[in-house]
Amino acid sequence: MEITGAEITVRCLQEEGVEFAFGYPGGAVLYIYDEIFKQNKVKHVLVRHEQAAVHAADGYARATGRVGVALVTSGPGATNAVTGIATAYMDSIPMVILSGQVPTPAIGLDAFQEVDTVGITRPCVKHNFLVKDVKDLAVTIKKAFHIAATGRPGPVLVDIPKDITTHLTAFEYPKSVTLRSYNPVTVGHPMQIKKAVKLLLSAKRPFVYTGGGVILSEASGQLNKLIKLLGVPCTSTLMGLGAYPETDRQFLGMLGMHGTYEANMAMQHCDVLLAVGARFDDRVIGNTEHFNSEKRQIIHIDIDPSSISKRVKVDVPIVGSVAQVLDELIKQLQATKDRGDQAALKTWWTQIELWRSKDCMKYDRSSKIIKPQYVVEKLYEVTKGDAYVTSDVGQHQMWAAQYYKFDKPRRWINSGGLGTMGFGLPAAMGVKLAFPKANVACITGEASIQMCIQELSTCKQYHLPLKIINLNNRYMGMVRQWQQFFHGNRYSESYMDALPDFVKLAEAYGHVGMRIEKPSDVEGALKEAFKLKDQLVFMDFLTDQTENVFPMVPGGKGLSEMILAEDL
Amino acid sequence: MATRHIISVLLENEAGALSRVSGLFSARGYNIESLTVAPTEDATMSRMTIVTRGTEEVVEQIVKQLNKLIEVVKVLDLNEGSHIERELMLVKVKAEGKLREEMKRMSDIFRGRIIDVADSTYTIELTGNGVKLDAFLEALDPSAILETVRTGACGIGRGERVLKV
Ligand SMILES: Cc1cc2nc3c(=O)[nH]c(=O)nc-3n(C[C@H](O)[C@H](O)[C@H](O)COP(=O)(O)OP(=O)(O)OC[C@H]3O[C@@H](n4cnc5c(N)ncnc54)[C@H](O)[C@@H]3O)c2cc1C
Ligand SMILES: Cc1ncc(C[n+]2csc(CCOP(=O)(O)OP(=O)(O)O)c2C)c(N)n1
Ligand SMILES: [Mg+2]
Repeated sequence: MEITGAEITVRCLQEEGVEFAFGYPGGAVLYIYDEIFKQNKVKHVLVRHEQAAVHAADGYARATGRVGVALVTSGPGATNAVTGIATAYMDSIPMVILSGQVPTPAIGLDAFQEVDTVGITRPCVKHNFLVKDVKDLAVTIKKAFHIAATGRPGPVLVDIPKDITTHLTAFEYPKSVTLRSYNPVTVGHPMQIKKAVKLLLSAKRPFVYTGGGVILSEASGQLNKLIKLLGVPCTSTLMGLGAYPETDRQFLGMLGMHGTYEANMAMQHCDVLLAVGARFDDRVIGNTEHFNSEKRQIIHIDIDPSSISKRVKVDVPIVGSVAQVLDELIKQLQATKDRGDQAALKTWWTQIELWRSKDCMKYDRSSKIIKPQYVVEKLYEVTKGDAYVTSDVGQHQMWAAQYYKFDKPRRWINSGGLGTMGFGLPAAMGVKLAFPKANVACITGEASIQMCIQELSTCKQYHLPLKIINLNNRYMGMVRQWQQFFHGNRYSESYMDALPDFVKLAEAYGHVGMRIEKPSDVEGALKEAFKLKDQLVFMDFLTDQTENVFPMVPGGKGLSEMILAEDL
Repeated sequence: MATRHIISVLLENEAGALSRVSGLFSARGYNIESLTVAPTEDATMSRMTIVTRGTEEVVEQIVKQLNKLIEVVKVLDLNEGSHIERELMLVKVKAEGKLREEMKRMSDIFRGRIIDVADSTYTIELTGNGVKLDAFLEALDPSAILETVRTGACGIGRGERVLKV
């Protein structure tokens, strides 16, 4: 029996076990929407802007580890989706984006709502396809899911011309696909792993630096085992938080531009560094020359060879999946009697505790104005550290990362690589749909939230009782901080004027709004909000306008050249 | 120190594959001196030769980034072994009066072939590595050169080394 391309598209999603497709209809995808209407396996979530569709699918993917799916129309639908696609690409998030395209005969004729979607998205997808024959449709979608989820994950776009959705062909969904040109290496080379073991056991000042790759590889268990086995200190990038329990003593906090003093000092002064699924980002190592000025041997585990020796030269590269490589590493470590230089390790820990005693994260707890850090700490307490937390981009994102202690992977969901304001709310929708019973909080700022505020309407329609924590400092705080430090206090266009009344705004969308102005009201308000299980609560916290994020490694400076709160 | 590298790429013969490669080079700021591409004996695959310039670290990244493209099947930096490089050039030159004899002579010296003859011009075909083609052009009186077109280099490893799937 022959069926249409539109029906094939939806059947493919069903075959992949897709629970939710986040999307927005339009001319080029009308036949696909017609097929969505006729079934109920794949639930469609109607957003209010295509950027949000992609962010929501992204949030879903980050929380579950499954491939997120978004569906948009041609032209403006596709261009609106680009920010979301680039966001997922930078953080290696598995996603499939289906976009409508003008009918095949109209392509290239400047047809209504025609854009070269494959061309526009090429630099920000793992791969993309234009389907030119309905017979290729099913296998193309299969390939898209395969490519998105394997190797270093990433978004894959499939552009489907409208006429293809009406053409008929027999449907068969391939069980698997193989591509001769795509075979990611997942098994680390045993000799390289052996070298790594030797190096780790010879270390005097060992340090483990982990990143998003541990979470993407579902290797949190292995990481824990390894750290305990070695007894060494460890840190994580912004993207890897939660893979190792932050409440454990061996964890030194996040490193990098806004990392802790102890994590950055340990990173700079270790003699053997084990990098696991982390890509030596410029926000993590600061000035490369300064970083290289200290001698250390580096072992780097990554599934993507191009992540290795890109910015920093590596001594022992290991290409493979974190989970597999750590399994093997642990096995080899357990097989040897060598326990390394325990005396040196003890001295190293003494040094680390000294750095830690600086208490670089302290802030004024007696303030009469609400401190943003305090709100995050209270959120942590009220949710017993067990919420899913999404964030937008800015100071609030850093405070969320610093003061909410994530003990489990996939709980902390934010845009690290692209730093996309507007990500937090739609991402939280995706998380809440995946885990309806869990507490889902979105920590945001008054500037960021306005970039996708329209999604409050989507939350109403689908009954998504999120808790929005708006750290309202009336500034684009992160911009203001840079202007204060590096641009002579000239606050050019970073003041948020004419802000809406967020309480009324929340109410207008059918939700509950709260304004919190005093530190003594913070905890009570949070408790009350989380008691309202069935309501989205928008909490507008009026926070200290002048608060800054510390520690801070200024642009171009070395990791150990941090500005601390106490320095100012 | 930046050096010249000649990189061979086998890739799926699919629409858009070329723009993925050229897009990669422009997006990451890699240099392209020349790029040639044509289908291989297996029509589902194309072979591309890219001449680029970069430090060892940059060229290592170029090779890794090329390998990462989904449609790329194999990548080989020909500089890793000995190799042969050839480029084809067509040159239209003035061939009037005493220049007519002179151009024939120059073409012969460089083992070129005159492939088109008109009353006042010759078109000379010349094959060799880039240095040889440059040398030919330099040997000619600039005012006698009417037009040149070059294919860009293609290359292959010497001996038994084979780039194949
Ligand atoms: C305002 C702002 C401030 C920031 N400040 C900081 C900061 O202070 N500190 C900080 O750390 N970051 C900070 N960032 C984030 C930063 O920009 C980067 O996004 C982040 O550091 C990258 O994290 P990562 O190295 O873990 O890489 P990711 O982007 O998470 O990359 C993961 C790596 O793992 C590899 N990988 C993927 N899957 C696997 C697998 N299965 N097996 C093996 N390897 C795999 C990938 O190839 C890749 O190399 C900030 C961002 C913003 C917006
Ligand atoms: C889409 C987008 N535009 C601009 C920026 C640059 N930017 C980074 S942080 C920031 C300010 C964010 O302000 P707010 O949401 O109020 O957070 P705060 O820093 O005050 O906590 C801006 C404009 C960005 N990251 N994303
Ligand atoms: Mg703000």
